[in-house]
This record gives sequence, structure tokens and C-alpha cells, in this order.
Amino acid sequence: MKDGKLFSIGSVKAVKREDIPKNRSAIIRISSVALSLVFAGIVLLFFDLNPFTVFATIIEGSVGSASRVQQTIVKAIPLTIASLGILVAFKMKFWNIGGEGQIVMGALAASFVALNFGDAPRPVLLLLMAVASVVAGGIWALIPAAFKAKMGTNEVIFTLMMNYIAIKFVTYLQYGPWRDPNSKGFPKIPNFSENGLLPSLFGVHIGWVIALILTVAVYLFINYTKKGYEITVVGASIDTAGYAGMNIPSVIMTAMFISGGLCGLVGMIQASAIEKTLVYGISANYGFTAIITTWLARLNAAAVLFVCIAFAMLLQGASFIQLAMNVPAAVAGVVQGVILFFVLGSEFFIRYKVLFTRGKSGSSEGKEAR
Amino acid sequence: MKKKFLIVLLIMVLAVSMAACGNGGNDDGGGAADDNGDVSAEPLTVGFIYIGAVNDGGYTQAQHAGTMAAKDYFGDQVNTIWLEGIDDTNKQAATDAAKQMIDQGAKVIVGTSFGFGEALNEMANSGEYDDITFLHFSGSYINDTNLGNYFGAMEEPRYLSGIIAGMQTKSNKLGYVAAYPYTEVQIGINAFALGAQSVNPDAEVKVVYINSWYDPAKEKEAAEALLSQGCDVITQHADTVGPQLAAAGEGKFAIGYNLDNSAVEGLEDAFLTAPVWNHDIFLIPTIQGIIDGTWTPESYYGTMADGYVDLAPLTKNVDADAAAKVDEIMSEIKAGEFPIFTGPIKDNEGNERVAEGKTLNRAEIWETDYLVEGVTSGE
Repeated sequence: MKDGKLFSIGSVKAVKREDIPKNRSAIIRISSVALSLVFAGIVLLFFDLNPFTVFATIIEGSVGSASRVQQTIVKAIPLTIASLGILVAFKMKFWNIGGEGQIVMGALAASFVALNFGDAPRPVLLLLMAVASVVAGGIWALIPAAFKAKMGTNEVIFTLMMNYIAIKFVTYLQYGPWRDPNSKGFPKIPNFSENGLLPSLFGVHIGWVIALILTVAVYLFINYTKKGYEITVVGASIDTAGYAGMNIPSVIMTAMFISGGLCGLVGMIQASAIEKTLVYGISANYGFTAIITTWLARLNAAAVLFVCIAFAMLLQGASFIQLAMNVPAAVAGVVQGVILFFVLGSEFFIRYKVLFTRGKSGSSEGKEAR
Repeated sequence: MKKKFLIVLLIMVLAVSMAACGNGGNDDGGGAADDNGDVSAEPLTVGFIYIGAVNDGGYTQAQHAGTMAAKDYFGDQVNTIWLEGIDDTNKQAATDAAKQMIDQGAKVIVGTSFGFGEALNEMANSGEYDDITFLHFSGSYINDTNLGNYFGAMEEPRYLSGIIAGMQTKSNKLGYVAAYPYTEVQIGINAFALGAQSVNPDAEVKVVYINSWYDPAKEKEAAEALLSQGCDVITQHADTVGPQLAAAGEGKFAIGYNLDNSAVEGLEDAFLTAPVWNHDIFLIPTIQGIIDGTWTPESYYGTMADGYVDLAPLTKNVDADAAAKVDEIMSEIKAGEFPIFTGPIKDNEGNERVAEGKTLNRAEIWETDYLVEGVTSGE
């Protein structure tokens, strides 16, 4: 990527933009959303569905009634908190693909507390569960972080593989030592006591309050604290951070502990509020989906909240159209994919400009396509 | 500064909007529930939660065939809706699916995978859904008012399919692609092994667990591993046609599960038969009972005699003597004269599990937590 050149195929090449005016990037983003809707519409036409009705039904299905709004919010909560966690790591250009595993380990630690100290008073128990989940998720993220900081291992592979270890370990517990002896052979861990369940506020469990508080907290942390600044600098340039005298391994480990800790908290919230016990599928892909939403939010904590709500609407609306309009699940998935493809793809055009060179390749003169 | 203000503002808007929704949350789910109207004019909406796709060539397709048969039977009286591809490893996905369908007017929710039971049980007993009837396939949850379960004596056709496998194998090694080391699966493996051993004492069954009910790639992979170990008949307790195609690819025999796949392209010379479900045998009388208001929660256990479980028609690939043996035992099973689990039965560690002369009843069968002698398992 020397000289900002990304690739060059024949007479087409992509060059990094020096900087892009705000209105220009806004135009690219808006047109990408518009294009995504057009293409999704074409896909729908293929299946004999009226795209306008489908889009309207998606919105109706996600916010059209009180219970639908609640369901959308229930999906947005874990997505938002996990995205905030992923954001802290991504800000440092540490590609934490291990959100799933960190969620699972957080849920595991919270469940350990809930199952063993179920008689503790509710506020105490919930607080203990939350602390345990943050520590467990944090440690799970710290392992690859330590290897990266000390030995320069590749964190993408490392964090990804840690997911499977976590999930398989909980599967083992669920089918083995933690199985409820009263479950007639069903591989199920006992439910938490009443004290281990998160209370509800306005019809939705209080995870939504936690998500809002954390959004503000992470925003302030990244933008207004020394550690947050260090994380951003390490992400921008390790060399600069080194010259500035920062303790880079310490920054990496702190950031990853926070990243994993937030994901771990998602595990506690899902276990306590939704599952009421530990299941090996607790992460429900939120750790992976959060990567998309964090990226869409351009690593901005405030934007994360809105992107996650929008994404939750898309998830909720997609299952709604399956029912309301008899759209097969696969088609709903294709529509989601098309929209993501365009919106994420627009980032490319914001960061790079595509040049069509004439005649001999290598000529720096070219016509700008976009 | 401007940015910060904007964020605070938006968060407040969000909080207020949530509060507003919260207050409206209890207004009877959108007003679709007018329960004192003309009963015959309003069709009963039945919602099905499926783990796979309705055309998965196996488990979910068999479930959906039952759904469609029931729909045809009731015509205008019943409206069926379904959600496919619902994750059964966490409670949220199933709860969500059920709520979506209730939102669409469903009065009956049928959860067709074991993993949906927790969610249905919680909803049925929450007090919020007392006007909804919940039916769960393959679990044991039940209450006094609105939650029942159903399953079948799959051990009967499994045993018969074992007879065929035992008679047709040359290597005496039978491969079994299995979902989880869980009671329902172990019952099936044991029945299959006992059937095979009843006609071929040397037959051994090799099991590979894939830790998923539905995973086309893993299922096929597991079957290939079994084939490479010398197994020449492959059967399965997993949802898709993958293992059967793997067997066909090696020129070996396949015994399916859930669906009669004899017509599937590529299986012409491999497919022997399959233990199958006929879900409409349960659904039709149950839905009729709900319409009539006579339904009460039950724990249904359909048998071959009922037609709820069955063995798919034997194909041309089944030897005549194997077919004759199956016929003989099948008529005894249907007459109720052939208990599948009759002692002595030893587990694969050599411990006696069922004493000589004893037979297991339904409850005892569902306490199975071992594999019988001659079965080896791995992941």
C-alpha cells in the first residue's frame, strides 16, 4: 500500500484519497444506500414481490407496534454493547474477531456466580455477576492481546480460534458436569434463581439503560481520556506512539481488556435477562454482527448506538416479512446482504478513488471515475 | 460541543420513545384477539417454528409435509404460518419467532425442535399468553392448561432399519452420523444396533457426533470419515441428505431419516429405506380438538401402529430376505408383541443395563444414557 495505491488491475487502479470533503462523502453514503435499495428491489422483483411493500413492511414489522419495538430493542441491546467493545479494539487497529468467545466466557462466569450464590440479595448478586463477566471476557481477550504485544502473533486468527474454545467448553459443561440432574437427560443447565435475573423497565429488561450509559462512557473514554487518546494513537501509527514514549504493550492489553470486558458483559446480560441460564449458543452471532455494525458506525461510539438500532430493525423486520408476506428466510437474508454490501462498499469509494488510466499502465494521469 | 448536544438529545428521544412503548406494552398484543366472535368464520392460525429450511431434504421438510397435510385437511378453517431457520441453541431466537407469529394472529404455536422447548415453556407459563396453545415436539414440557408435547416411538422403525443394515453389510461395520450424545439420539442408535445384531451378531456400529442437528457440511464430512473407516451402510440422526449422498458417492448403502429420499437424484442405487415421521397423524386430531375446544394438554407418543412413525417403502436395493425379515418383525411390532428393548442388554463398557427377560417401557426407554454393546462413538 505504498503511495496509497491499493491495487492496479490493467488500466484501472485505486488510489487512496488524500482527504475528502464532508459533503462529498455524504453524497457517496446516501447514494450507496439508495443503490442498495434499488438492487434489493430488483432481487425482490425476481421473487415476484413488490419492493415498496416489502420495505414498508420491514419498517412496520420493526416499529409498528409496542411489542415489535420491544423486540427490536431487545436485539439492539447486545448488539450495541458488543459493538462498543469491538470499537475499542478496532480503534487500535487490533482486529478483535473474538467477540463471540468473549460473550460466551462472560456468560459462563456470570452463570457460575448465579448458580452458586443464587441466594445472595438481588443487587449484590447481579453486580457480582456483572463484575465476573467483565473480568472473564476481559481475560479471554487479554490472552491473544498478550501474545500480540509480546510476540507479535496475528490477532485475527488467534481471537477467532478462541471463540471455538469458549463455545466448545460451554457445550461440554452443558452436556456434562453442569447438566441439570432434574432435566430427564436433557442437556440443559439449571435456571438462575429469581435474584439472578435482570429486572425490566418500561417493558424491556434494563440492559437498555446499561447500553445507553456505556455508549456515553465509551464515547467519553475514547475522545476525552489519556488512555483513549493513546489507543487512538497506537491505532494510527505504532511508530508515532513509540516515539511519544507510550508503553505500547500496556496500551494494547488495557484496550483489549476493556474490549473483551464489554463483550463479556453482553454474555451476562443475555444469560440473565433472556436465557435465564447458560446455553452454548448464548452469543447468537452478536459478536460477529457487531463487527459489521462497528464498521458501519465508522468507529464512532455515538454512531454505534444508531447503527445498532437500525440494524436491529433490519433483523426484526426481516423475520417479520417472512411471516407477513411469506418471503422465504433466504430471500430476507439476500436483501440484508445486498444492503450491507453497498453500504460497506461505499466506504471503499470514500477512502479510495478509482482511476482509469489510458494507454500504458503506470501513467499517473487518469480520469477520475467518482 | 454541537456533537455532544446532539448525542444527548438523541439519547433522550430514544429513552422517551422506549418509555412510551413500555406503557403501551400491555394492551392485549395489538387487538387481534377477539375471542367471542363467530368461531367458524375466523380461521385458526397455527404458527410453526422450524429449525431448518422447509426444503432441507430431511427433518424440517418432513415437519412441513405434516403441516401442509393438516392445512389441506382443514382447508379454510385453518391458516398456517411458519418461520424457518430458527436457531435452537439459545432461547431468544425461539421466543422471538413465537412472539412474531402471535403478533400475526397465531393462536397455536408449534415448536418443532427440542431446543425450542425452554422458550415455549416459559411463554406458556408466563401468564401473558394464556389464550395461546403451545405444542412442543420432542420435549417433555407440559402444564395443565396450554402446553403439551408430542413425539414418537422412533425406536421401532430404527430397529427395522438396523435389520436391513445388518443383513446387507459386508464389512460388518455400520456408520451412524449423530447429532448429540443425548437420550433421544442414543435411543435411536441403540435400537438400530440391536436390530442389526439380531440378524448379524458381528455387526458393529460406529457413531460420529457432529454436535448439531442441522449442518449439511458437517453431516457429509462425518459420513465420509465413517466410510473411510470401512463402513458400508451409513445411517444418520441429523437433518439433511448429506450423509446419504456421501454414501452414494462411495457406492455404499444409505439409510436416511425423516424422509423417503428414494427419488433423490444420485441416491438411486444407494438408498435402502428411512425411518420417517408422519406428523399429520398427530396434528390433524390435535388441531381439531383445539378448534372444538376439547383439547387438553397431553404427552403424545405415536407408534408404528398409529402410523405416526413408519419405515419408508423398501427400495429395489434391499435384498429379498432382508425385506422378508422386516415384514415379519414389523407385523409383530404393530401388533404390540415386539418390545424393542428386551433384556439382556449390555452397554458398550460391558455393564448389564437391562436384565434377562425384562422389557423397557416408554419412561424407562427415555432414561437411556448409554450406548449398547457393539457401538463405538467419537467426535
